[in-house]
Amino acid sequence: MSDLIDAFQVAGKAFFGFQAIFFALLAIGINVHFGYTGLLNFGQIAFAMLGGFGIAISVSQWGLPFWVGVLIAIGSAIVLALLLGLPTLRLRADYLAIVTIAVAEGLRLLFRSVSATPVTGGTRGLSAFNGSFIALAPWDTQKRYNILGTSWSGGELWVALIGWLIVTLFTLLVWQLMRSPWGRVVKAIREDEDAVRALGKNVYNYKMQALVLGGLIGAFGGMVYAVGTGSAIPDQYQNANTFLAYGALILGGAARVLGPVIGSMILLFILQFADTGLRALISNGAIPDTLFSSTDVAQIRFVLVGIGLMLLLVFRPQGIFGDRREVMLDAR
Amino acid sequence: MPAEPTAHGAHAAVPDETPAAAPTRESAAGRVPQRLAQAALKDLPWEVGVSKPDPAIVVDKVTRSFGGLTAVSVDHLEVQRGGITGLIGPNGAGKTTLFNLLTGFDQPNTGTWSFDGRDLGKLSPHQVARLGVVRTFQLTKALSRLTVLQNMLLGAQDQKGESFLRALLPGAWRRQEKENTEKAMDLLRRFKLDAKKDDFAGILSGGQRKLLEMARALMSDPKVVMLDEPMAGVNPALTQSLLGHVKDLREEGMTVIFVEHDMDVVRDISDWVVVMAAGRIIAEGPPESISQNKAVVDAYLGAHHDAPLTVEEEDRVLAEADAALGREDGLPPGRPGTDEISSDGSTR
Repeated sequence: MSDLIDAFQVAGKAFFGFQAIFFALLAIGINVHFGYTGLLNFGQIAFAMLGGFGIAISVSQWGLPFWVGVLIAIGSAIVLALLLGLPTLRLRADYLAIVTIAVAEGLRLLFRSVSATPVTGGTRGLSAFNGSFIALAPWDTQKRYNILGTSWSGGELWVALIGWLIVTLFTLLVWQLMRSPWGRVVKAIREDEDAVRALGKNVYNYKMQALVLGGLIGAFGGMVYAVGTGSAIPDQYQNANTFLAYGALILGGAARVLGPVIGSMILLFILQFADTGLRALISNGAIPDTLFSSTDVAQIRFVLVGIGLMLLLVFRPQGIFGDRREVMLDAR
Repeated sequence: MPAEPTAHGAHAAVPDETPAAAPTRESAAGRVPQRLAQAALKDLPWEVGVSKPDPAIVVDKVTRSFGGLTAVSVDHLEVQRGGITGLIGPNGAGKTTLFNLLTGFDQPNTGTWSFDGRDLGKLSPHQVARLGVVRTFQLTKALSRLTVLQNMLLGAQDQKGESFLRALLPGAWRRQEKENTEKAMDLLRRFKLDAKKDDFAGILSGGQRKLLEMARALMSDPKVVMLDEPMAGVNPALTQSLLGHVKDLREEGMTVIFVEHDMDVVRDISDWVVVMAAGRIIAEGPPESISQNKAVVDAYLGAHHDAPLTVEEEDRVLAEADAALGREDGLPPGRPGTDEISSDGSTR
């Protein structure tokens, strides 16, 4: 029993940790793209990677101040969104999907390649770029703090606090945008582009604005992740993260302001709870070694999440916050 | 839109029209319909490419081909301002393609066309719409996961809140939004959709979607309304009310161009009818001239439909008919509705 409480506490930390912030920001961006505007971005992680490496390269390689690194990260994410959007947004939705998935994988391979090693650090990545940010914390970052039975370092707490602040700001931004006439236009574009064109709206501009905004939010996710881990390694930015963020978004409810945030928190909680809980059950013999051992846990927990998502789509296709009537319109 | 305020005023005077009492608004307001365009077009010769006294849209030498197929090849066409022009023709005649070209949804291989003397040749669809030329679609495009009211508000032009930065400042667009909502509710009442304003457009019936699409187009205060088969798939009772709405547009001074297959409808409301076949305009004239026109009859029924058959041909036709009957096995012959979808898909 104490094992389960322990697992619950460890999972509780994941619920609020910087990984949940990372996925929440990725998912808020995807929500702007896919949930509201209907853009299929399958390479959100590329924006996050530019966010993380934007800071890492600026600070550890070029010796620039941390905040200049943040600006460079923002700028490069915007440039990437424009480069992705310019050729594809006039075409059907599939083309953006193809291009984004290719760019996400291509950029990661480029960053880890030998020829890029002088800049990106190659497969070993870069580190020691978050010092000046951690030093801003108003408390002692060397000490460990005990909150609700979980142990946090001062640095972790600081990153989580600022991270959730960023999540809150972007959530408010999306909320305000989506209740404005601007939001009405992008939602209409999701439904039918041609109808919106026939009503005198420049669909291409709106899609580009949405692509840039969502990519920018994803880049902030990458920044939080890089600062939280204290290192930027190309292979951390596997494109599987994009699809986990999609999972979080669908779990929470697409085209809902809080959907991606709550979805990411729950996803991370379940992953961590399954991990710790399963390990506990294996170590005290509740699960026999012949079934599976603790080395399989990392894979099994994703199986559990997959089953959970399947059950969700069967019984609650609109996600936690979604409107069932709205989702069912598609089924007609 | 000089005629617009009076039309709204007339409507506001009778806020709760009952369906039976007010088939059209001009009768409710005690106005006599003024068919100015009809009078203006009375003395024109019934020939293709004839010039109109006051053309709103002028089309010159527009061609569009898809591979080897010439979908549209229009030498000269003028559309009278303030009138209802019906565009008819057999399936695959190029009517929808011509619509797409005129509204910027498709680019022609050659040719020019203008609206109020302004060249529309290189404009994209939203630029054409901003000039006041709005269209509806053959396959209705209701925006399913937006409410009926949101659909309507989308039609309003020059909205401050539609720019990204101003969207963040509700004070900048709230008043305009309120005005637009009032205007939208007026239109919804007129189209009898006001009770459904908070429903998703996706749950409306086919006929209600047609009404919504037309009402949404009117939100932009258009000068020209182009309706692609407004009556297709609408039940006869609703057809009457849609017809009334189309006639209202003319009374408000708008120019209406519509594609339709139902000849009764075309005869009822058109001031002028343009007939297309195989991409060309084969006849023009007032509605009553069309059924007598030999080119039109040929286009619809085939050029040799009344020529006597030789004995061999008759035998061949009979044998084909027998074979067809044998194949059919209860399958109904291709109905116009099903033909339509396939022909449209191929011409798009």
